[in-house]
Amino acid sequence: MSVTSLPIVEGNGATSRMVTFEVFRFRPEQDSAPTWQRYEVPCREEWVVLDALNHIKDHIDGTLSYRWSCHMAVCGSCGMMVNGQPYLSCKAFIRDFPDLIRVAPLGNLTVLRDLVVQQDRLMDNLQAVKSWLMPAEPPPADQPYRQTPAELERYRHLSMCINCMLCYAACPQVALNEGYLGPAALALAQRYNLDSRDGGTFERMQATASDEGIWECTFIGECSEVCPKHVDPAGAIQQMKLASSLDWFARLLGKGGGS
Amino acid sequence: MSAPLYQPRLPRGWWLAHGGYRRYMLRELSCIPIGLFAATLVLALFRLGQGADAWLAFRAALATPPAIAWQVIALGFALYHSVSWFTLAPRTMPMVVGDRKVPPAWIAAAHFVLWLALSLAILLIVGA
Amino acid sequence: MAISNKPLLWLPFAVGGTLAALLVPALMLVFLIDAFGQWPAGALTYERVIAFVGHPLIAAGLFVFITLLFWHSAHRLRMTLQDLGVRRAGTRRVVALVCYVAAVVGTGLAGWVLFGV
Repeated sequence: MSVTSLPIVEGNGATSRMVTFEVFRFRPEQDSAPTWQRYEVPCREEWVVLDALNHIKDHIDGTLSYRWSCHMAVCGSCGMMVNGQPYLSCKAFIRDFPDLIRVAPLGNLTVLRDLVVQQDRLMDNLQAVKSWLMPAEPPPADQPYRQTPAELERYRHLSMCINCMLCYAACPQVALNEGYLGPAALALAQRYNLDSRDGGTFERMQATASDEGIWECTFIGECSEVCPKHVDPAGAIQQMKLASSLDWFARLLGKGGGS
Repeated sequence: MSAPLYQPRLPRGWWLAHGGYRRYMLRELSCIPIGLFAATLVLALFRLGQGADAWLAFRAALATPPAIAWQVIALGFALYHSVSWFTLAPRTMPMVVGDRKVPPAWIAAAHFVLWLALSLAILLIVGA
Repeated sequence: MAISNKPLLWLPFAVGGTLAALLVPALMLVFLIDAFGQWPAGALTYERVIAFVGHPLIAAGLFVFITLLFWHSAHRLRMTLQDLGVRRAGTRRVVALVCYVAAVVGTGLAGWVLFGV
């Protein structure tokens, strides 16, 4: 997708390329419906989409609203749709895109203003799934709560989630089922289910294995494709389906379960 | 009073939007040929129960050009189902041996080997 | 929220999907090779096939296999129809009912042809 125009050579020798940005605008105090606004931005070779937005904000139109903080794929706040796909805008290099780039707020989520979306869908559901450690027994009082490398290995990749919500934007089930807990919340529930120090799996199942939880997932797998931290929420949800099913049948057969 | 919000709506044709969604829909639609194949098996058993002539007639019906065309399409879907199912298997059933995760490719490969072995066994039993 | 009874639908779907992935392409090939007349003479004769299917263990295995194929297909079709635009709660219930009833009917027919006299 590299339809690049000729570079412009600036006075200091750096090259830049004129790129047209079509940016989603929604200003609730004046717009009843969203509109697209065009900006022409001279982009440097090493720029990411976030740099272009900062250029717009600083030099062209100070009214544009968007979230960002770290500019290094750690804070998880600059997620947006770039040409229809969810990206961290700090990781979306302009050189990988054509001369017309459409920037929109993360899909499937309620828009507050311009590129700023409501984060309740994740924050509320992290609470719902109890995404925190519920120790099976009181942790040791006078020493660290230890784990072996093998115990860490089971959930380490899931703990990499930065709550950026790209997975919510990639998942059609999030849009099709309003109550669906969503990929990141479920993956972060599984992160604690798999923790050797935790004993809260059954308590979490009340939400994760409810009708609003894992069963809404059809393993489309796009959540994992777009995840900037390779968390693989889709895989985590599949593992929960298997574990929850076996637990359900174990309880049906009166063999306890509730583990 | 809170400000008005904009709530986007997923378009009906979302599954055509890009390759990942299209491959997903293709994979899901494999359920139709596979369900019809299950029905074909029931029909085969039914015709078998009716006697030798009915069984011959059933086999002749499957050898007509439209039936063959359908079977080729169905086989394509079934193969796609198998490949996608086994490719996703390591993510449903990851394994940790010692301190390390078993490489996902190994788990997938084990499924593919089992698939090949069972397929060969079926074909050898029929052909023997 | 409470724990759902979906495992009753999902586990047969998953097991059926695994069996389908392992066995269906080869079984389809059996019919396809027959359609092209490429099996050795006598491979699929009435006597040979009915002797094979007549074994109680084979018949029981076939029944479980066919049942799980139907459940796999029914569940996946139900979810896919939701994806394709069945959104209203009432219509979703009807679609689910039709899919699973079809699977139950298929299961009944499989049982009838295999064990019914």
